[in-house]
Amino acid sequence: MTQPSAAFARTEMIAPKEPPVSERGAVKWLRENLFSGPLNSILTVLGLLALFLLVKAALPWLLNGVWHAGSLRECREIVAANAGPDAHGACWAMVRERWHQFIFGFYPQDMYWRPVLAFALMIAGLAPILYFGQRRANMLIVGIVGILSFLVILALGPMADAVPGSADHISTNKIGVVIFAGLLLGGLFFIAATRPEKLVWLSVLYPAIGFFLLWGGSVWAPIGTLAGFAILAAVWSVMQKRLGVVVAAGVGLIVAAIWWLVVQTLVTTQVHALLPLGLEQVDSDKFGGFLLAFVIGVAAIAASLPIGILLALGRRSDMPLVKMLSVGFIEFIRGVPLITMLFTASLLLQYFLPPQTNFDLILRVIILVTLFASAYIAEVIRGGLAALPRGQYEAADALGLDYWQAQQLIIMPQALKISIPGIVSSFIGLFKDTTLVALVGLADPLQGITKIVRADINWKGIYWEPFILVGAIFFIVCFSMSRYSMYLERKLKRDHR
Amino acid sequence: MATVAETPKSSFRLGMLIYDTRYRSITIQVIVLFLVFLFVSWLVDNTIQNLAAKDKDINFNFLWNRAGYDIDQQLIPYTNDSTHGRAAVIGLLNTLVVAFFGCILATIIGVFAGVLRLSNNWLVARIMTVYVEVFRNIPLLLWIILTFTIFSETQPEPKDFKVTQEMVNQGISPPAHKIFFDTVAITNRGSNIPLPLLERPLGGFEVAGVPVNFSVLATLLVIFGSVMINRTLLRQAKTTQEETGIRPVTWWKSLAILFLPTIALLVAMGLHFEVPAFAVGENGVSKGFNFVGGLNVAHSFTALLIALSLYTGAYIAEAVRGGILAISRGQTEAAYALGLRPGRTMRLVILPQALRVIIPPLISQYLNLTKNTTLGIAISYLDLKGTLGGITLNQTGRELECMLLMMLTYLILSLIISTVMNAFNSSMKLKER
Repeated sequence: MTQPSAAFARTEMIAPKEPPVSERGAVKWLRENLFSGPLNSILTVLGLLALFLLVKAALPWLLNGVWHAGSLRECREIVAANAGPDAHGACWAMVRERWHQFIFGFYPQDMYWRPVLAFALMIAGLAPILYFGQRRANMLIVGIVGILSFLVILALGPMADAVPGSADHISTNKIGVVIFAGLLLGGLFFIAATRPEKLVWLSVLYPAIGFFLLWGGSVWAPIGTLAGFAILAAVWSVMQKRLGVVVAAGVGLIVAAIWWLVVQTLVTTQVHALLPLGLEQVDSDKFGGFLLAFVIGVAAIAASLPIGILLALGRRSDMPLVKMLSVGFIEFIRGVPLITMLFTASLLLQYFLPPQTNFDLILRVIILVTLFASAYIAEVIRGGLAALPRGQYEAADALGLDYWQAQQLIIMPQALKISIPGIVSSFIGLFKDTTLVALVGLADPLQGITKIVRADINWKGIYWEPFILVGAIFFIVCFSMSRYSMYLERKLKRDHR
Repeated sequence: MATVAETPKSSFRLGMLIYDTRYRSITIQVIVLFLVFLFVSWLVDNTIQNLAAKDKDINFNFLWNRAGYDIDQQLIPYTNDSTHGRAAVIGLLNTLVVAFFGCILATIIGVFAGVLRLSNNWLVARIMTVYVEVFRNIPLLLWIILTFTIFSETQPEPKDFKVTQEMVNQGISPPAHKIFFDTVAITNRGSNIPLPLLERPLGGFEVAGVPVNFSVLATLLVIFGSVMINRTLLRQAKTTQEETGIRPVTWWKSLAILFLPTIALLVAMGLHFEVPAFAVGENGVSKGFNFVGGLNVAHSFTALLIALSLYTGAYIAEAVRGGILAISRGQTEAAYALGLRPGRTMRLVILPQALRVIIPPLISQYLNLTKNTTLGIAISYLDLKGTLGGITLNQTGRELECMLLMMLTYLILSLIISTVMNAFNSSMKLKER
């Protein structure tokens, strides 16, 4: 057989043709993503139109913004000179001149380093909780926050020109402060790098440190309060074996209460007389702006966690009375608006406490907001407890663990881990709700401070810039927290059902 | 002989109260009860002492005293001669009206935004993402005040709508004009919208100071009747479809049943709209200082409603998106395989299933919206917090009574909403056998 001779045989392949224009490149993307059908085309056109109108309204205003001016009138004159008489422009000069009030309220300017340091230590103290046991993440967070806050403290130095030399035993030496902060943050970074698990001590001690840095006063007062907790822990660990967890905690609480109410003041005044250490005291009415929002938000969430855990356990308890009380408390709090709680703090708390007890509004607000938050945290943790498979409880029982051992070793570690995203979103909600404290007369960033700025004759009639500034800061803080909680949700997913 | 095992003595020792699990829970509960009693009596004792020190008592009689302040927005008649109790009721109604319309608007916005966020359209999905994130991460109070400021600072004054003699002479129109076919005027003082009026109203009567309007009642009855008849029609159509396989055409019958009786009734009663306008003098020159006629809606209401529904809408959008994503992809593919178009797939297959996932978070959003109406006091919207918990409280100085009543009202409101929505939720649940 002979091979059939082909008149023509291709020896090489033709190069593939390019796809038609409508199926490649930008056109294809446009067709698929923007104009895939009549409805989509209409939506795209509407979306573009909305965007165009927004940009047309806002862009000239933003572009004409003025950063250097002494008053709103001056701003408008500059805008008119630059862009014509009919042009509108933002007056960012207000932000430039008043930003520190939005952040710190009326906190004394030469002591701005204290809230900054407190904030840095808070992040450093949160790091071991948020990124449990990850040395690199801990180091990174502590390092970045440390360097940033050190730079901020350094930069805030010039604002401390007007140092009142009133404080006798208190060092307000600028250089001393900078060196102290640098050493402290450097030391923390060293700990994070070598023994990250030791950083948890910072988290435990932070409430006292933060209180001392922000409010100042004698260093012995917060130490005395901490000592009360130490006494509680000591009594508990000694008696726990013999009396059981609950009774031991009760006894410890009674002993600690005796210390706090009776002994502590005597001891701390004595020690303070011997060794007067401390920072200049700053009163609560100096707090304002985002400082106030953070103080209320962080204090309320931190204090509401233990209460929330107890309430959640109470709600799942077998004891009908405990269950009823927990359910009643949670549902009552969740049924009323936060504002009514705030007004309770400002109007009613004075009726419920013994006569002549009078403490400042911020503390009262924190107490009521804590109660409010604890109900929501309890529901979050209850969700975490319910998400645990029954097998975990049964396994704990099978191992012969009693209730508290099971909670401590098996249930809580898992349930809390599942609840962290929920806790973070509770915090976001609470942080946004701190703007409501303006309604009971505190200087929150949104209304309190803005009103004060507008009361200045120079900035009378300024509306949009404060909204944008405050909104932008809230957005940055809340958005990054919500992203973090999404990251956690992905990371903690174990898919046990 | 087998020895008989000694029966355990049922003697009771005091230690068993702590060590025996049978008794321990009772012990703990008794202690808790005792502590709670102690705490409550401490609070009550303090309150009594404090009240005595201030020479006050607990007394709700102030509710029947003259209020002496005005409320702009009143759904039932109220003057400043009315009682504090009536002012509280007006406030409650104002709360309810914002909450009601807010829930409806927020649901509409939320469903649209949630669905569009999952759309194939790149631009629209991005816009909706930005909307949701921006609104969820900035405090509601800022949105409320911002919306109110936009209304009260950027809108024209009523006098800008006026036609002056010069304008008539030069043939130009005034600087501001009404929108929506010349019927709605938004000024910096409020929105003037057309007011529906009846030429031949059916009259009404009053029950305990609350007017009952027969015309409204009749209209509602007719609408209710039409809906019921329409349901019967649809049920018949379904039976026919199941018997013969052919669905009778019903849409025009439905339309007729739903709308014709209501329209007929309204026409019979002589419905017409009073459009807000300036009084007109000779050759078209406006007289007076503000719009005459129509309904004036205060900006505090509009701003609160808009801000609340946009804010809550963002949360509902997330709930809707979560619900849709929770439905497995196989459902969509099965619907496509059956030949359903994307729109119908969404409407007939995905959304009904997603609804079950969406309802629980929706309930809590409705509750949040209702509670958030209290923020209206930032823009002086006189809801329950503004009347009972605001002006009445300040005027009478009865903090305990006012706060107690207010908290109780909100609590009952929340309980009602959650009960109704939970009933709806369980009726929507998959009936598993």
